[in-house]
Amino acid sequence: MERVMQTETKIRAESGIESGPRGPGCSLRNFACEQNLLSRPDGSASFLQGDTSVLAGVYGPAEVKVSKEIFNKATLEVTLRPKIGLPGVAEKSRERLIRNTCEAVVLGALHPRTSITVVLQVVSDAGSLLACCLNAACMALVDAGVPMRALFCGVTCALDSDGTLLLDPTAKQEKEARAVLTFALDSVERKLLMSTTKGLYSDAELQQCLAAAQAASQHVFRFYRESLQRRYSKS
Amino acid sequence: MKETPLSNCERRFLLRAIEEKKRLDGRQTYDYRNIKISFGTDYGCCIVELGKTRVLGQVSCELVSPKLNRATEGILFFNLELSQMAAPAFEPGRQSDLLVKLNRLLERCLRNSKCIDTESLCVVAGEKVWQIRVDLHLLNHDGNIIDAASIAAIVALCHFRRPDVSVQGDEVTLYTLEERDPVPLSIHHMPICVSFAFFQQGTYLLVDPNEREERVMDGLLVIAMNKHREICTIQSSGGIMLLKDQVLRCSKIAGVKVAEITELIQKALANDQKVRKEGGKFGFAESIANQRITAFRMEKAPIDTSDVEEKAEEIISEAEPPSEVVSKPVLWTPGTAQIGEGIENSWGDLEDSEKEAEDEGGSDEAIILDSIKMDTGEVSNIGSQDAPIVLSDSEEEEMIILEPDKNPKKIRTQTVSATQVKAPSKKPVKKRKKKRAAN
Repeated sequence: MERVMQTETKIRAESGIESGPRGPGCSLRNFACEQNLLSRPDGSASFLQGDTSVLAGVYGPAEVKVSKEIFNKATLEVTLRPKIGLPGVAEKSRERLIRNTCEAVVLGALHPRTSITVVLQVVSDAGSLLACCLNAACMALVDAGVPMRALFCGVTCALDSDGTLLLDPTAKQEKEARAVLTFALDSVERKLLMSTTKGLYSDAELQQCLAAAQAASQHVFRFYRESLQRRYSKS
Repeated sequence: MKETPLSNCERRFLLRAIEEKKRLDGRQTYDYRNIKISFGTDYGCCIVELGKTRVLGQVSCELVSPKLNRATEGILFFNLELSQMAAPAFEPGRQSDLLVKLNRLLERCLRNSKCIDTESLCVVAGEKVWQIRVDLHLLNHDGNIIDAASIAAIVALCHFRRPDVSVQGDEVTLYTLEERDPVPLSIHHMPICVSFAFFQQGTYLLVDPNEREERVMDGLLVIAMNKHREICTIQSSGGIMLLKDQVLRCSKIAGVKVAEITELIQKALANDQKVRKEGGKFGFAESIANQRITAFRMEKAPIDTSDVEEKAEEIISEAEPPSEVVSKPVLWTPGTAQIGEGIENSWGDLEDSEKEAEDEGGSDEAIILDSIKMDTGEVSNIGSQDAPIVLSDSEEEEMIILEPDKNPKKIRTQTVSATQVKAPSKKPVKKRKKKRAAN
C-alpha cells in the first residue's frame, strides 16, 4: 500500500518577502512529519522543523489510576524527556504548557474516568523546541484518534536586538535574541491557546509577533491538512 | 497502565509453533530482524531499529575532575531509559527490575570490556578528564531491548566527536567546533550483545526474540562478543539449566551474527561520514522514507509579515485600557505590611486565645474597609465597632445565622471597582463575632 508520491509543496507568499519592513524575510524551516511510526503506542508522530526533531507517542483513552481519576472527563498527562540527562524543572514547565494547550482542545468529556498520556522525546534540539513539541503532540493525538475540537500548532518568534522579527528561530538565533515568544494557536479561528515568552519586549511588539505567528500558523495547518490528505488518499 | 496479560491460547500457540520450528514473523531460528541505523545532525546521535524495537542513543562529553583512585582515566557513564511510550506498562516508577538488569548488562558489556580507551580521555592528570555520557532511550518495545541498546550505544560512541583540547604546560585550551575539527573517541573494539531465548527447559532456542516470544520464554542467554570472537560478557537469566555444548553452540552462532552486525555498522558509519564530507544533507530528516504515505515533507516556507505592524497597531488602538488595580498596603509595624485580605476563617470553633486574636484582627479589618468606602450599610455598623470588643465566653458568639441564599464564605478584596461583592443584606453573616451589635 505504499505509493510513490513525490509531493513537494512549495508555498510562496504573494508579494516580495525580501522587501518586508520587518527584516529580511521570515520563513519557516523545512517541515517533515511521519505518523504511526511506533507499533506500541496508540498514536505516534515524529515532527521535524529544520534540525529540531521531536517524537511523540500517545496512549489513550486508557485505564487511569483511581487517585488521578476525574469523574467527568479524561485525565491528560504529558511527559517530556530530554535527550541528555534527567528531566528537570524546564521540562516540567514545558510539560505543563503543553498539557494546558491539549486540555483546551481535547474533548475529554467524551471519555470520562480515562487517561490520555502524551509522551514526548526530544530527538534533536536546534531551536523552537516547544513549538516542535506542540506540533508533534497534535499530530500524535490525531494519529491516535483522540477526539479534539480543533487542531493546534506551535510557532516561535524571536526578536533580536534591533527589533527584527524572526519566525522559527534556530538555536543560534534564539541565543542572540532579545526576546523569544512561543504561541500555541488553534486551527478554527487561529485564536491563542497558550503563550510563553522570555525576554524584554513592548506590547506593540507582542501584538506584532502574535500577528506574525497567526500568519505562520496558516502554513502549519496547511501542512497538517496536506499530510493527512496524503495519508488517507486513495490515489 | 497495567500490562495486558497474555492469554493461554496465545501462549500455547506460540509454544507449539516454536516446537515446529515456526516463528510468527516467518523468520528462521537463527535469523535476526532487519537492522536500520540512522544518524542525526549532531555527532553522537543515532537511532537504531531492530525490527520494530527502536532505540535512540546520544553521546555527550564534559570536562570534570577524575575519580580519586583513577586519576589518569576518563569517566564513562551509561544510562538506558525505558521511555513511557515504548510500552504501556513502562510507567516512571514501575520498571525498576528490568531497568536495573538492562543497565547493568550494558555497563558490563561496554565498560568492563574496555572497548573505549579511557587513558586517552585524560587531559590533565589528576585535574581534568573527559566524562563521556551515553544516554539511550527505548522508544518502542518489540522485544530484545538489550541487543538494540548495545548496537545503539556502540554506534553512537563510534559516531561521536569530542572537542579538541591542547595542553601547553599549565594552560589547557579547549577549541570550539568552529576553531578545530572535533576528534573521534579511541575505540578498540565493538562489543555487541546477542540474545538467545530458550523454551521448554532449554530444548528449543531462538535468536533475537520479539516481544511475544519473550513473554513465553523460559530463560534468556545474552552473549556480548566482538568481531574478533572475544566474549565480553555472558549472562544467563531465568533459571534455565543449559548444557556446556549448548552454550558453546550459542557462542558460535553469536560469533557469526556479530560479524554480520559489525559489518552493517561500519557500512552505516562510513556512509554517514561520506555524506558529511561531501556536504550533502544528513540528519533524521533525510532518513524519513519519502515513499511512505504516512510521511510528508514541506520545503522552506516564507511567511509574509509585511502587514504585522498595521495589524498590531489596530489591535492596540482598539483594546480597552487596562483596569486600574489599586492596592493599598497597610503597614502594621515596620517590616510588616498587608495587601488585601484573605478568605474568611472557616475553622469553626476556636480556642479562647485564638478568638481574642481574631477579634483584634477583625477590628483592624474594620478600619481598612472604612478607608475604601464600601458602600454598604455596614459602614455605619463598623463605625460603631471601633469601641473595644466585649469578649464573652458565651457560645452564642459562634452562631452564624445563615440565610439559605447567602454565601457565608466570601473573599474580601480591595479592588475599587464598581462591583459590589457585599450586598447590604449580607450584613447578618458578615462579622459573626459582632453579631450582637448587628442584630
